[in-house]
Amino acid sequence: MSSFVGAIGDVLSSDAAYISAISFAALLGFGAVGEWVAEKSGTLNISIEAMLLAGAFAAAVGYDLTSNLAVGAVFGIVAGMAVASAQAELSHRLPADQFVVGLALNILVLGLAGFLDGELEPVTRRAPRVEIPLLSDIPLVGDAFFGQPWLLYLVYAFVPMAWWLVYRTRWGLEVRAAGENPQSADVSGIRVNLRRRQSIYVAGLTSGLGGAYLSLALVGSFEDSIVGGRGFIAIAAVIFGGWTLRGTVAGCLLFGSVLSFRLSLPVLGYNLNNELLTSLPFIATIVGMALFAHRVRPPAALARPFIRGLQ
Amino acid sequence: MSDSTKVRSDTADQTQAGVTRASVLPVAEIVTLYAASILAALVVSALLVEITGGSWRTVFSALLDGSIRNPGRWGTTIGTAIPLLLVALGTIVNAKAGLVNIGQEGQLLVGGAFGAYVMIHLDAPGTVVFVALVAAAIVGGAVWAGIAAVLRYWRNVPEVLTTLLLVSVAAQLVGFGFKRESILLAPLPEGSATQVQQTVPVPEGARLSRVTVLGNEFPISAFVALALAAFLAFVLARTVWGFRLRMLGRNPRTAHRAGVSSQRYGIVAMLISGAFAGLAGAFMLTGGDFGSYRFSPNFAVNIGWTGLLVALVARERALFAIVIAFVFAGLRTGSGFLASTGVERRITDVVQALLVLALLVPPAVLFVRERRRAASATRART
Repeated sequence: MSSFVGAIGDVLSSDAAYISAISFAALLGFGAVGEWVAEKSGTLNISIEAMLLAGAFAAAVGYDLTSNLAVGAVFGIVAGMAVASAQAELSHRLPADQFVVGLALNILVLGLAGFLDGELEPVTRRAPRVEIPLLSDIPLVGDAFFGQPWLLYLVYAFVPMAWWLVYRTRWGLEVRAAGENPQSADVSGIRVNLRRRQSIYVAGLTSGLGGAYLSLALVGSFEDSIVGGRGFIAIAAVIFGGWTLRGTVAGCLLFGSVLSFRLSLPVLGYNLNNELLTSLPFIATIVGMALFAHRVRPPAALARPFIRGLQ
Repeated sequence: MSDSTKVRSDTADQTQAGVTRASVLPVAEIVTLYAASILAALVVSALLVEITGGSWRTVFSALLDGSIRNPGRWGTTIGTAIPLLLVALGTIVNAKAGLVNIGQEGQLLVGGAFGAYVMIHLDAPGTVVFVALVAAAIVGGAVWAGIAAVLRYWRNVPEVLTTLLLVSVAAQLVGFGFKRESILLAPLPEGSATQVQQTVPVPEGARLSRVTVLGNEFPISAFVALALAAFLAFVLARTVWGFRLRMLGRNPRTAHRAGVSSQRYGIVAMLISGAFAGLAGAFMLTGGDFGSYRFSPNFAVNIGWTGLLVALVARERALFAIVIAFVFAGLRTGSGFLASTGVERRITDVVQALLVLALLVPPAVLFVRERRRAASATRART
């Protein structure tokens, strides 16, 4: 037990542990911010995993072609949006089941990425770190937050932007109405399924960029297991956070830290059981949801399709 | 609240009127839609093959060779279809109850691990080992799905996510089992230096017997799977239990008023769903078409995922799932013959997922059209 406390102390006082924790939290953040917007509109969008993977692969291809990070990021966004369009059109223009569509998309993109990776074999390398002056000199956490590849900093912009979009614009009001009471929203002239499709596109945008961040900045190469279920953890972070943006960010930080244990604990000389370390994020996610999910209220129409005249 | 209820009942009447008016099935429309969707999925797949420098004709021919044409191949395809069908049957049960279980891959793996554990540690005659193995696998699959079900009703955690997350946990759990000889790992063979992560093989007496038809060999579990499909179709369509389950899935509010406990029926549906996945694992272990009677960390080889796709395509119809299971099994066994064509075998994963997506479209389009017709019919009358 004392060694456990010691380990926590070591992790808390290690620069490297903070860096990898924030790196993983940012990955979850890219997915979770978009997913939060989508869930606010009433869709439980499980194709985040596919969007991240598509973004990661397309960004690797884009970078391989041009050796330009920005082009890679744009490729990632386009791929994320492409997955989003399939999800949005099938489940919220046509009334196909959103989970079925999402699951099929996850499997399709996994297959496509594996197939195309074998054919194209894009070569990438890790993006360089960009230190923000002054801020990155903060002891202990400076490098973790402000000494990262620039792609990561985009997540800092996305969080307030998403908040502003959802809580301070007419569009956001309509999105929330679509998620809480689509029947009333429809009667007041809001195009419920259009708003839901648009919010899925937002998720596609942030997750596509998240994928680009994953393959170009966090890992520096592409393989088809690169996402490996972390998209689902991003979704869980939204639920853990009780559908508030603050809680979602807290969830990303918590689950991101647990994800990073697998890298940071062995470096610090703690040899925990590898299987336990690998499954810990998933177990922590399930426990986290079990502890908090029943205390919060999801958007009332979450995961319920809206078809005029049917409920 | 009363306003919205009124609106709803009005529209419900409209729909009913529309349905009776348009009671003639638009057969031509249905056939065209399905044909076009399947064709689109195949064309996209063919394009992918062509773009990457392959030829779709040779790929198609290789798939046919590997799945049915070459001697003995359709027996192998049947052997592959058995666990796919079982997983799909389980999925149909939870889908009927309105629950989403997408963690069959993990449930199958845990089921297989439970079965393998019993097989290793039970010193008994073959038949007893077989029965205990199957029972343990069923329990294992049910437990793994049960965790998600209990969390769903006890703590409000969406079962969609827990079932998915538990897949990753299952893989690590099994990996842990292979760390120790006391759990799953086979002892190091004499004179061998490298430890392979696998169990000892299932003893001869505990294996499923295999039948040979026209030079094609498959385990007798094929008949069990067929019987279970028929039984399940009957139970769902013709028993009170099946009716209540369907009511729960279609309209939870009605089910609640009719006294159907969503908690009890939901948890049972999830347990059955996991149990089917576990049974699929048991039959894979004892059947001989997978892993030469040994359990190993990558034992599940995507059978859980593919079986789930089978259920999605079959759209909750147990008997139709038999056909789809065979088709998807054919894609799988056929993909083994792709190496000679120079095309990555993972193209078949793409084909499967594209087929699933394409087959989602026709029912959705038909639904929309049906409602439009109904609406215009009501307008014409008033």
